[in-house]
Amino acid sequence: MNKLKTLQKLKTFKISPKNKAILLAVLVAALVAVPFIITDKYILHIIIACFIYSCLALSLNLIIGLSGQFSLGHVTFYGLGAYITALLMMRLNMSFWLALLISAVCVGIVGCLLALPTLNLRGDYIAVVTLGFGEVFRLILVNAIDVTRGPMGLPNIPKPSIGSFVFDSKIKFYFLGLVIMILVIIFMKRLTASGFGMAMLSMKEDEIAASAIGINPVKYKLWAFVIGAVIAGVMGSFYAVFMGFISPSSFQYSESISMVSMVVLGGLGGIPGSIIGAVVLTILPEALRTFSQYRMIIFGAAMVIMMIFKPNGLWGLDKRVRNIYKLNNIRTLKMKRGAKDGKSAASI
Amino acid sequence: MFLQQMVNGLTIGGIYALVALGYSMVYGVLQIVNWAHADVMMIGTFIGLLLVSQLHMPVLAMIILAAMFTALIGMGVERIAYRPIQSSNRRMAVLVSALGMSVFLQNLAQLVFGGATQGFPTIEKIPYTVGSVSFTNVQVIIIVLTVVMLIVLYVLVYKTKMGMAMRACSVSIPNAKLMGINTNRVISATFGLGAFMAGIAGICVGTYYNAVYPTMGYMLGMKAFSAAILGGIGSIPGAVAGGFLIGIIESLGAGYISSGYRDAYAFIIMIIILAIRPSGLFGAKRIEKV
Repeated sequence: MNKLKTLQKLKTFKISPKNKAILLAVLVAALVAVPFIITDKYILHIIIACFIYSCLALSLNLIIGLSGQFSLGHVTFYGLGAYITALLMMRLNMSFWLALLISAVCVGIVGCLLALPTLNLRGDYIAVVTLGFGEVFRLILVNAIDVTRGPMGLPNIPKPSIGSFVFDSKIKFYFLGLVIMILVIIFMKRLTASGFGMAMLSMKEDEIAASAIGINPVKYKLWAFVIGAVIAGVMGSFYAVFMGFISPSSFQYSESISMVSMVVLGGLGGIPGSIIGAVVLTILPEALRTFSQYRMIIFGAAMVIMMIFKPNGLWGLDKRVRNIYKLNNIRTLKMKRGAKDGKSAASI
Repeated sequence: MFLQQMVNGLTIGGIYALVALGYSMVYGVLQIVNWAHADVMMIGTFIGLLLVSQLHMPVLAMIILAAMFTALIGMGVERIAYRPIQSSNRRMAVLVSALGMSVFLQNLAQLVFGGATQGFPTIEKIPYTVGSVSFTNVQVIIIVLTVVMLIVLYVLVYKTKMGMAMRACSVSIPNAKLMGINTNRVISATFGLGAFMAGIAGICVGTYYNAVYPTMGYMLGMKAFSAAILGGIGSIPGAVAGGFLIGIIESLGAGYISSGYRDAYAFIIMIIILAIRPSGLFGAKRIEKV
């Protein structure tokens, strides 16, 4: 009887909305308290990096996990946002917020243009085309020395400000990053729950069936790229002002690769998954710093081992979808017990 | 100028073709991209360097032995990083695992061989000049080696039993199993053959540029992969044509337009061709059945 009860408990275990609100409040409070408890600049820096990568992973998850287009060029949008913002602020003395807006619009347009040639491609072809775009973008950054200063990068990017309040310390950036991340999470949550997100998901599962019920795949594919690009662009802008220095080496193909790894390692399609993946893959290389020369070897091996033992990611589909087999399991357990006790299965 | 760039393009194009074949064959059989292929090639080149600098082997023996080691490593990568993965979303899982493997191999090489660029003292370079075209004996050897390898591959794939099994697997693995083919062995052999050619390509490129370093696989691999995609991934003639095409376009672009964007031409051409022909030059159009 015990096993049955625990199984049923597990199945019906659900956090009530009230408790959920409390949990969320505690989580947010903890996140707000963090910079006051941890004063170590290095750790704070890593946490801000976690915010940036979480948002990047979430935006990439929209393209890969929800709309099913395997993009390996996410760094293009990220870098473009960073460079446009930095150039507008430095060359035209624009305020950060205006530059952010303009760069978001530009990146959105680029996202749309980049998605166009991938529309009638599938799978790995999309991957290599987007990868190619990323590489061309990086080469332009390196070669257009008049505008981007090439490999020397853009130093001394001004800090953003609201009125006389200037974001000039790690703590202030921490809160700016936190606010951006919360906004992105809320946005993604609303998007996935909306008809728009459902349509995207159905298109990912089966494009032909989706178009048969009136979902226009072209429209949703383009939107996925545009929205994902805009979020990545915003994160790029944030990165530029946060670091104060950007160079082409920050926007290499390995960045795209690690973003994809975050999304897949966390579990495709889910919001918690992307965040977990991003946090793990940001912290892991830092945590392994003590083994400095072995750390990337361990990191690579960990990725392989993870995929062998947990191919659906840390927070994969099995965590999110109610498992039909588990339900069946309870039913068979009931039947077995019923037969043993000489009662009908229905009476238990 | 034009002829000169054509000769350079043919040399580097042959190397791309050899690497691209590895991508293409694995894709043909398993429908996955072997993202660690370029790093297997890099390890093979380092093995070649060890054989030549430490053991002072003759060049031909070194090439064959190093390529064989590379083949073993390629098969090992398949065993460790691809075969055990079973998932509903296998393609993504394999991708991450392959990327992990690639990070692992690159950093392993860095640890063992050091991160610095090393020379590759294979053979003395002898320059020749015919008319307005100048080239070295290395370029001649590379082109000859490429052609020989392509012939060997053709014979292996189209004239032997193993090749027939490979082609059967690329049509359908379950059906190949039903016909009594040991598919695991065929997959292993495909990886091995791909890595063997990559090993030779790696030694060629190391000799040509006289440089071996742990991240050498990255750009070369990306371009070779573009070549495979360009020709239609899974198609052997496609990979060869794609490799030569990308090599020639790259050389001409570097010569006539701007050498700063040398690495970009391959991708731009690939994007344009894929926009026009989504399945590549030689790729069969897959018709989706409902």
